[in-house]
Amino acid sequence: MFIEARKIISLLIAGIMLLATIMVAGCGNTEEIKEPGNENTQELSGKLTIAGSTSVQPFSEVLAEEFMLINPQADISVQGGGSSQGVKAAISGVADIGAASRELKEEEMTENPDLLVARIAMDGVAVVVHPSNSVQDISQEEVKNIYAGNIKNWKELGGVDAAITVVSREDGSGTRDAFVSVVMDEEDIVASAIIQNSNGAVKTAVVGDPNAIGYVSLAVVDSDIKALNIEGAAPSVENIKAGTYKISRSFNYITKGEPTGLTQAFIEFVLSEEGQGIIVEEGAISVK
Amino acid sequence: MDKYAGNSLTAGALRYRSESPKKAGGWLGSGSRQMETGIEFLLKLSAFIGILAIILISLFIFAQGVPLIFKIGWLDFIFSLKWSPSQGSYGIGAMLVGTLVLTISSLAWAVPLGISTAVFMAEIAPARIGSILGRMIELLAGIPSVVFGFFGLIIVVPFIRNYLGGNGMSVLAGAIILGIMILPTIISISRDSILAVPKEYKEGSLALGATHMQSIKGVILPAAKSGIITAVILGMGRAIGETMAVVMVTGNSTMIPGSMLDPLRTMTSNIVLEMGYAAGDHQAALFATGAVLFVFIVILNLVVSLSIKEGKNYAE
Repeated sequence: MFIEARKIISLLIAGIMLLATIMVAGCGNTEEIKEPGNENTQELSGKLTIAGSTSVQPFSEVLAEEFMLINPQADISVQGGGSSQGVKAAISGVADIGAASRELKEEEMTENPDLLVARIAMDGVAVVVHPSNSVQDISQEEVKNIYAGNIKNWKELGGVDAAITVVSREDGSGTRDAFVSVVMDEEDIVASAIIQNSNGAVKTAVVGDPNAIGYVSLAVVDSDIKALNIEGAAPSVENIKAGTYKISRSFNYITKGEPTGLTQAFIEFVLSEEGQGIIVEEGAISVK
Repeated sequence: MDKYAGNSLTAGALRYRSESPKKAGGWLGSGSRQMETGIEFLLKLSAFIGILAIILISLFIFAQGVPLIFKIGWLDFIFSLKWSPSQGSYGIGAMLVGTLVLTISSLAWAVPLGISTAVFMAEIAPARIGSILGRMIELLAGIPSVVFGFFGLIIVVPFIRNYLGGNGMSVLAGAIILGIMILPTIISISRDSILAVPKEYKEGSLALGATHMQSIKGVILPAAKSGIITAVILGMGRAIGETMAVVMVTGNSTMIPGSMLDPLRTMTSNIVLEMGYAAGDHQAALFATGAVLFVFIVILNLVVSLSIKEGKNYAE
């Protein structure tokens, strides 16, 4: 009987502990909510919202964190939504800064002539193949035809007689957006393309298959894979800055009108040596 | 069966009382009733939390996904083959077919192999070996799916690429990996249901002059039928729901595969692949994919309960 009772009690205790854990976990979130800050007349206080491209988002987050360490009165919130949403948010004023991993479209500029673009970083997209692949130079047109499914065999490009395994990223990925907007020229990526959902997974797929072609962010390229020269230009930081290597994208901060106050301070911080250092550390190319 | 269980419980309770009269006023004594109510409350609370979680999740999935399905038109959403959210095309037809093709092709080899293994373990192998095998099968069930996926990516995919052609990421690779993953479910449930067939059936069959194999085929398997069907359907459920391993080896192309060496994408893969960057309608489309999958699995569960009911009628 004692044993029975003990069992019951231990069960009870376990149950209570479980409940307690759940409750504590539940409360955890509420503790983080900050008291509304005292409205300070100091210059670098207040709220700043950045919304837009999910490719820029991780950079904005790290930059905002650093900025808030220096200026504890500032409260910067970084949201996703995609480049187009970012532009819209800047136009409507929902966000102080709209983030876009592309240039402004013409109709966006003509409809809203007061939009200002600050380029904060660049990112290159490298077209990569297996190191054993004999092809080294390729034209942008050829890349497009491979991804559109018109070129199907490496021998058409002077390589071995083997079918090309096309590896692409999932829809919605910023790397895919950049690749499609520069290379694909309104054509669809062939439906039979292997889809991987990260730079790392694309790399693994290309490393594992001698006949594969893929595209990854420049930061991911290393000696395991071979990055192709496009139109004779190797994907390097210098060539991207010089504009000779075309498959790249800019990370832009878009504001409606000349930025002021906190917004201006933050953009200045991002463009400063320290801010650009963070950007390089996080894997993009500095604009300086 | 329930009656017996009830009786033995009552008997136990009686014995409990008769054996411990002198301790009745002990430290458990008068508090025991309160404790019992307390435990009952805790049990009710846990059940309530569990059910509430399920209801909230289902509501959320449908609330997020269904508006998009109607915006696009449910026929278009389910049967259109073009999936290109950045251009506003949301058709999960290819993935619906992909899920079906992959599930059927993994069941096609795992079911015969699984049932044969179960028959061997329950009927042919010596009891000791049967139980050792059982342990090993349970071990197989405990391996995380990402490990199977990794094995598939490193071993199966290159093997297919080098010896069968294509790029290796294919229906075949998925079917092999998924088949291995559902084998434990099929084997252990089939084995249990074969072992649960009353001994008298087999003895009667042998006494009538049937050989062991004839008894297995003509008496034991038919008697275990409902359990085996359950095993197959639970295996199928696991195959439909599996994601990680499938994403790693099937290539995830949004097209209907033309051969076993072509890549495919399943509905679960679609969600996990694209959830990272999805926003707005795209995200809603992924929830809608989840809703379709949900309905799929509810139908499957209905089939399970119906088949079990039918099995009971059959037994009577």
